[in-house]
Parts: sequence; structure tokens; C-alpha cells
Amino acid sequence: MQLNSNVPSGPIAEKWDKHRFDMKLVNPANKRKYDVIIVGTGLAGASAAATMGELGYNVKAFTYHDSARRAHSIAAQGGINAAKNYQNDGDSVFRLFYDTVKGGDFRSREANVYRLAQISLNIIDQAVAQGVPFAREYGGLLANRSFGGAQVSRTFYARGQTGQQLLLGAYQALERQVGAGTVELSTRHEMMDVIVVDGVARGIVTRDLVSGGIESFTADAVVLATGGYSNVFFLSTNAKHCNVTATWRAHRRGAGFANPCYTQIHPTCIPPSGEYQSKLTLMSESLRNDGRIWVPKDAGDTRRARDIPEGERDYYLERFYPSFGNLSPRDIASRRAKEMVDSGHGVGELKNGVYLDFKDAIARLGRDAISERYGNLFEMYQKITGESPYETPMRIYPAPHYTMGGLWVDYDLMTNVPGLFAIGEANFSDHGANRLGASALMQGLADGYFVIPLTIGNYLARVPKKPIPTDHAAVKDTEREVKEKLDSLMAVNGSRTVDSFHIELGRLMWNACGMERSREGLEDALRRIPELREEFWRDVRVPGSAADLNQSLEKAGRVADFMEFAEVMCHDALTRDESCGAHYRVEHTTEDGEARRDDENFAHAAVWEFRGVGEAPVRHEEALVFENVQLSTRSYK
Amino acid sequence: MRRVATLYRTTVGKKVLMAVSGVVLFGFVFVHMLGNLKMLVPPDAAGHYAMDVYAEFLRSVGYPLVPHHGVLWLARLVLLAAVGVHIVSAVQLARLSRAARPRSHAKEQNLSLAYASRTMRWGGVILLLFIIYHILHFTTGQAHSSFVAGAVHQNYVSAFQNPVVFLVYLVAQTALCLHLYHGVWSFFQTLGLNHPKYNHLRRPFAAAFAVVVFVGFLTPPTLVLAGVVS
Amino acid sequence: MKLTLHVWRQSGPNDPGRHERYEADDVSEHMSFLEMLDVVNERLVGQGEEPIAFEHDCREGICGSCGMMINGVPHGPKTLTTACQLHMRSFRDGDEIWIDPWRATAFPVLKDLVVDRSGFDRIIASGGYISVRTGSAPDGNAIPVPKDNADAAFDAATCIGCGACVAACPNASAMLFTSAKVAHLAQVPQGQAERWDRVLAMVDRHDAEGFGNCTNHGACQTACPKGISIDYIAQLNRDLIRATLRARPVEAGRDA
Repeated sequence: MQLNSNVPSGPIAEKWDKHRFDMKLVNPANKRKYDVIIVGTGLAGASAAATMGELGYNVKAFTYHDSARRAHSIAAQGGINAAKNYQNDGDSVFRLFYDTVKGGDFRSREANVYRLAQISLNIIDQAVAQGVPFAREYGGLLANRSFGGAQVSRTFYARGQTGQQLLLGAYQALERQVGAGTVELSTRHEMMDVIVVDGVARGIVTRDLVSGGIESFTADAVVLATGGYSNVFFLSTNAKHCNVTATWRAHRRGAGFANPCYTQIHPTCIPPSGEYQSKLTLMSESLRNDGRIWVPKDAGDTRRARDIPEGERDYYLERFYPSFGNLSPRDIASRRAKEMVDSGHGVGELKNGVYLDFKDAIARLGRDAISERYGNLFEMYQKITGESPYETPMRIYPAPHYTMGGLWVDYDLMTNVPGLFAIGEANFSDHGANRLGASALMQGLADGYFVIPLTIGNYLARVPKKPIPTDHAAVKDTEREVKEKLDSLMAVNGSRTVDSFHIELGRLMWNACGMERSREGLEDALRRIPELREEFWRDVRVPGSAADLNQSLEKAGRVADFMEFAEVMCHDALTRDESCGAHYRVEHTTEDGEARRDDENFAHAAVWEFRGVGEAPVRHEEALVFENVQLSTRSYK
Repeated sequence: MRRVATLYRTTVGKKVLMAVSGVVLFGFVFVHMLGNLKMLVPPDAAGHYAMDVYAEFLRSVGYPLVPHHGVLWLARLVLLAAVGVHIVSAVQLARLSRAARPRSHAKEQNLSLAYASRTMRWGGVILLLFIIYHILHFTTGQAHSSFVAGAVHQNYVSAFQNPVVFLVYLVAQTALCLHLYHGVWSFFQTLGLNHPKYNHLRRPFAAAFAVVVFVGFLTPPTLVLAGVVS
Repeated sequence: MKLTLHVWRQSGPNDPGRHERYEADDVSEHMSFLEMLDVVNERLVGQGEEPIAFEHDCREGICGSCGMMINGVPHGPKTLTTACQLHMRSFRDGDEIWIDPWRATAFPVLKDLVVDRSGFDRIIASGGYISVRTGSAPDGNAIPVPKDNADAAFDAATCIGCGACVAACPNASAMLFTSAKVAHLAQVPQGQAERWDRVLAMVDRHDAEGFGNCTNHGACQTACPKGISIDYIAQLNRDLIRATLRARPVEAGRDA
């Protein structure tokens, strides 16, 4: 496997400029002759499709949703970072770059992160011009707030619905191109496989989710913007349909999968209420700006929150980390919460959460100010739990949320399979071992609006234009394999539902490869996953027909891929014999219980090569070079 | 012109016609109601009823600039056109609605903000039938047992001494009241005559208008029935 | 608690469909409505039957995927709440629940409770955007927007495109959906350039999709899980009339 990051030479601040000049361009008149497939219409996919359509490429976009507006980007609550320094509080492109690399625990590629910080400025401009109703100050200028892991106010937000508003902006831009005829959008089409011809990505095979029809689409380049794989845990904050299928299928066709064990746990979610729990709901991290996290000092205290006197409360984040306190990075806040619950200090009926208390903030700022900032989050919490956060503290607990790992890509966001690109959460590029709050929206839009529309031209201009007929052998073979897989899922006709397998896999992964990982647990998981997969293929039951709208079949295909993917995730967690960012190996902790990195042996991205189901995957490394940031031990004390 | 055609083609355009023709009819109804209150005025020294004087005024207004009955017929034509436009728009919109929702939901609940909004179509039909009867009753006289051309006051009193006639008018006025309540509010909404500051006044205004018209129309017949006016 | 469900089952667009009766035992009040359906579906699959097809995704009330008539009310009895956020504590033991898909000519049923809402996308594609080429935007703070306008625009922009307004409307009109986008973009300075063409194009598309007309019932506002106000429909009407009356400079020149 060839892993050439293609990072341009020169000083970091000039790399992107230099690269833009060095890149080959496609003649404007020729752009419409190039077909580009984009899979997924979230922030990254929709913005990429809209921009490339506008540039003149012949874009074919696909989503399994009924509309491009449903992608899970829509659920992002908190905000989007940009190094605008509108607050004059010392922010700069370099500081955003530095914070992101440091927040990622020095496991990301410097050049990509620097470019991200540079582009952050353009994203805000673009979104404002589209009419995204960002929060404003009374003077009419944009408002900011601070967010986990940062000491400057650089987060732009639209109440608690920033993701929704940004996605609608991108979706509207996309629909504009659909109306103009530059983008052909296929909704309710799920990508089932990538068509690779002579080692080059040339198209995809899709399933029409209404008719069940299997179709092939060919193109000159394929862009995957298919999000992350947190649903490998079954319970996560991701939408129910989020899955690994597109990236996993690409991986099976040769694309390296980088750092699959980097999965972020979000510290502020609503704890589960019972066995039937189908997903977990996130409460924006921005709540930590004004909320104080605590548990009763006395393990087993069953009094109501308001009956516990101040002196008997343990504000443990403020105690451990006096300078960052409740705004400590996600991984730290999550692990500390787990520690508290595990040691019996948990709160709520099932004792499975910690308090996030707004009493002091309401006393200081008034109920109206708090309502203005978090009103919709408080309402959402009350709908789900029946409790009002104005009256009684919220109960929160960590939950899987975002996956930093993804398809390996170079500086141009191309995987090691020529012509196959990955953008947004689907790639591994910018967040290292841990993502800072309000950086996912930034990355998705940076990739979609400003990076891929340029870098794809650099690829297209260099390869010869050679159309692929839809009856090409590689196309037919891929189609046949897709059909065979669906038929075999339908043919099992066993006794267990798809969900029951997914729940079992999720539990296994959460215990072995969740917030804490150990050699023992991972080795055990690597024994049990193949057994579970084998049972799945022997005993799953998919009712109905493949030639119809069949939600069970859709789920079955996705869970089948999670069953294969889970293994490489555990391999990655096992071989990364260090703790870093969100990857926490119990064997590697400091005296304070913090993650202990091993820069000597693990300052690299681990990139996995597929060798067959049940075969041990092969691990490759991309060394990470830090020329602009001093590797240091994170300290938020 | 292209834009006007576009507007008319849209459902909103049909609604605008509905609103504009509706406001002509509100105006007519209000003036008609004021006119009817003349029934409460006692006859002058010469024994002329105020109602008859008023009726004569309507027949001769504008003379000699225009012939007798000239303005009256002009008003009648405008009203007829307004009624026609109102009905045509209503029928078109009702047909569009039926096409847009051929089958209703199980246990469908009425979530409308005002009950009156659900009575517009049947209420409109009742009002149309009433208008035809009303013209035959008081204008041409075929539906009146003791009609005397030109003797408006006398015709009025003799009609409402019959409780059945009174009942017919009561039903019609109730339908009119509901129609006006939703119609007046709807007029503001359809023409976009809203402003955050005054929006909350639209409903009370519509209610007040409807009630004033209801009371204004029914007071004289009630007094006739009670024998106070003869 | 125990519930009796009457769920609309329709195998495809051409199947006439019917209500099927299911008993749901062991329903916890902490379950969401969709989790209750999940439990029913798990049992159906166990019995070898096809599960009830319904749309859902984020299950936190923002993606707009879910939506069904629950006892004749879109998204069920709790106001400002999508079906996925409706919890079973809103029902009582022994309740009978009738579940229907959105019914409208413009929303054909694909299967069971799944309908085709692509008409909404085409309304947006007809003009529900601000044309801004990527990279051509001025600095974010170069366009000050008064806070009140930004807030009002946000209130309109919060629409999730679920279709409850169409289901609630006796005329199956999508005016609330259309007006929310028209009003969002009409209230910010960036949206002024295309304001008049936008409203004409979007209303034209709305009608062409087969949605009914707005007769000011206001049922949509009652049903909207995001609390979008019919004041936006008044604003759409006003903008449409103004757009019609506004002569463009070219057209004005032609008369002279």
C-alpha cells in the first residue's frame, strides 16, 4: 500500500497557496465533460456537490435519505469554529491550528490542520452570505462563544441548531444546482459498492431503496462524504441510519482505513432510560460554558439534587482542572464522568449519570439569558426526561459521538485508490486522536466548499479521459457481487432480528473498545466478533423481499459491514499500545490517571489494508512530522 | 402582465380575488345593515317612514347626472360581479383542495385555530341560497305574500310578523356572522396586511365586526316580531 | 401499559391499504413513540411478518424524517414535539391509537407510513436559496443584520421539512413550509436581491406539486413541531402581491 501524503513543501502558512498555484486546472469549458459522483449529502457532500456543480462539473449526488436535508450534520447543536478574531481576544489562524493539533493529542497531519484553520475564515463568510441566521449582537455583528478546549471565543452559532442552519444553507445551494441542472441528485439510493477499474475508482453500485433495483453509475472520480461509524456501538448520538458501509466497501476495494480506533465519546448526553433505548441524545457541549458538573460526595447518596447541600457536592472537574474546569476537553470530561459513575457516585434512577447544574448561572445571568442561550436544549431535555433543567440539574453521561478515524487521504483528500476521495467525517484527516468541539462542522464545510472542488481538478487534469461503458466487466462483476450479498442476506432466514445482533455487537464494542480499552478486553473481543458474525450469517432473519422498500434488509446490510469493521477497530486499538486523545488504554496512564502518549513509537497514523473477511488486516504507518508544534503533554490543570 | 398572470394562476392569486371581492361584500353588508336601522326611526310628521325615504334616495341618487336607478344598478352590477368572483374562486379552491387530499386521515382531529374556518364552504352555500330568496322576497316580491312595490317599510313589517320568516333570517344571519368572523380575519391574512405589533388585534376586530353586523341586522326584525315596530 | 394500535399497512403505491390491529403490551412510559414501534416491529419480525415501515433517523426532532398521524394529529398529541420525541407518558394504559401516513396527493404513499415528500425539495430548488457562488462572499461582518431580524429569520428557518403542516391542513396545502423559507430569506439583507422572483417561483412550484391552497385555517401552525407561525404565510402573500405589482425597470421602460 502506497501512502504518500503529498504535503506541499515550504513553510506551513504558505503550503496551501503554493499548492493552489502548482495544481493543474481543468479548462472551464472542459469541466462539464467530467462526471463526478458524490455519495452523501451532509455538510461535506452537499457543499461539495453544490460547489462542483457551480464550477461546471457534471455532478451526480446520492443520498439514502428521502431528501438531502436529512443528513445527520443537521443535528449538530453547538457551533462552528473560525479564527476570525472578531472578539479581539488573541485568536489567529495559528492559534486555531495549534489548538486543533494539541486537542487531537498530536496525532493529526500538521499541513491539513493548518489549511483547515485558514479556510475557517471563508466558511463563515460563505454561510453568512447564504443567509444562515447566525447569532448576532445588538449592533448587528456576529456573536461568538467559547467552546470546550479553547480559551478564546471563536465559535459561531445559531442558537442550538448550528448544524441545521449550516446544512440547510448547503442543501439550498445544492438544490439550486439541481434546479440549474448541473447536479443530478438521486435520493433514496444507497451506495452498495465502489467500482474499481484497473486500480482506479470509476463508479458506484447503488440500491434504489424504494424499488430495490441495483444500478451502476460510472464517473471520472468518486467522492465519499458518508460520515462516521459511531453506530458500531449501536447506542450512540448518531442518527439511526448512520453506518460504515460506504467507507467499508471502499476499504474492501483497497482504500486504507486510518485510525479506526479513534472514536470520540461525547461527555454530555442524556443517559439511557431502559433496555428498549434506540439511540442517545446529545446535549450540546456549549452547555458546559454555563453549567457546573458535580456528583454527590457521598457514594450512594439518594437525595434529590436540590436537597444536597453545597458542601456535600463534588465539582470534580473544577477540582481536578482548576484552569479549564467544566470546559476540559471531551475525552477528559468523559473519562472522569465514567470514573464517578463506576465508583458509585452516579445520579438518577439508574445511577448512570452526573449532574450538569445551571443554578448558579441562572442566579448570575437570569433565567431569560439562559433561556436565550439554551432554551431549545432545555426543552429537548424536558421532552425526553420529563424534568425541567431550570428546576433540577440535568443528568448527563458520555456516549459515542464522532469518529476521528476514517479512510486515509492525502493532502488532496484522495485515498490511496486513485480517483476515490473522502471528505468530512468519512476521512481521517484533521482531528487526530480527538476532535475539539465545533470543529466537525468546520471540517465538513472546509472539505466540501473549499478543498475538494479544487483538488479534484488537480486529479482530473492529470488522468486521461476514458469513459467506462456500463456493461464493462468490472461494472457487471461489482453489480453481481452486490446482488449476491443481498440475496444471501435474504436467504439466511434464521430466527434473530437484525437489531438483536446490532445490539449485541454494540455492547461488545462499548465494553471492549469504548471509553476504555485494555489488551485483555480487546483480545477477547477479537475472539468473539468472528463468532458473532458467523452466528449473524447463520441465524439472522430478514423478512420481506429484496425487490421492495425493505428497511430490515437495509439494516442487515449495514450491520453485516459493522460486523466486519468491528474487527479492524479492535485490531487498531490493540496495536496502538499507547493512550492518546480519545483512545484510552488502561495500561498507559499517568499517575493522575491521564492518557500517556508514546511519541517515540506511535507518532504515526495507522492505516489498515483489507486482506479478506476473517483474515488479519495489514497495518501500515504514515509517520507524522511536527515542524510547527512542539509535542507536549496535554495539561488542562 | 406576466406577473399578474402568474399571480392569478397561483392559489394565492385566487385567494386574493376572494379577499378583494369579499371586502366589497363586507362593505355592502355593513351599509345595508346601517340602512336597515332606519326601521327603528319613527315616521315624520307627514307620515313618511325613514326607510321609504332612504329607499327613494337609493333609487334617485345621482339624478340628474345619471338616470333614475342608475347608481342603484351600477351598485347591483358591482355586487353581482363580486358575488360571482367570490363564488368562482371558492369553487376553484374547493376543487383544488379535494384534489390535494382525496382521502382523509383516520380519526382526523380539527386543529384549525377557529371553528368558523371550517364552516366557510357550507356557510357560503347557505348564504347564496339566502341571497336568492332575499331578492325574491324584498326586491322582486315573488316570495312575499303581501308585497307592495316601493313600500319598503310596509313590506318589511308584514314579512317579519311571520315567525317562520324571522327564523329563516336568523339562520342566515348566523351563517353570515360566522362567515364574516373568519372572512374578515382572513382578509388581513390573505392580503398580508399584518404587522407584529397589530397582529393580535385582527381576531378581535373580525369578531367585533361580525357581532355588530349580526346585532344590527337582527334588531329591527326582532322588534317587529315583538310588536314594537309596526 | 398495554395499548391497541391500528396501523396503516400498504405494501406499495398501488396497494389500496388497510388498518391492521396490533396489541402492544409492556410499553414503558419512558419509551419514545418510535421505540414503542421498534418493540412492535421486533415482535413482528420474530413472527415472520414484515415490520411496519416508517421513516425516522436522528430521533432527536431535527432531521424531519419521522412523521405520522397519531390519532388524527400529526406527530401525536403533544404540541411542539415530533413523533420521535413524543414519549409514551403522553398515553394511558388501554389507549387505542390510530396511526396513518401523511395523506396528500403531493405525498404519495410508498409503503405503510412512508410517503414521498420530494415535492418539498423541488419547492426549494425553484428558488429557496440565496445565489452565492462559493468563494465570492464578503467578510461575515461586512453585512450587519439587526439582531431582531436575525432572530426572526432564525424562527422561520427552524422548519425541519417534516410535512406535518401538509398533513394537518384540511386542504393539504404546503404554504407554511413554503412561507417559512420565503420569510427566512426575505428578512435578511442578503436575501433582498432575489426576493420577488423567489416568492413567485416558489409559490408557482408549490401549486404545480399538487399541494392545496391555504384557506387560513391555521391548523398547520397548531401541528408544526417547530412552532412556525402562519404570520409567515401572510408575509408570503404580501410579498407575492408586491412582487406582482412591482414593475421591473425594463418593463417600466417598455411602457414609456
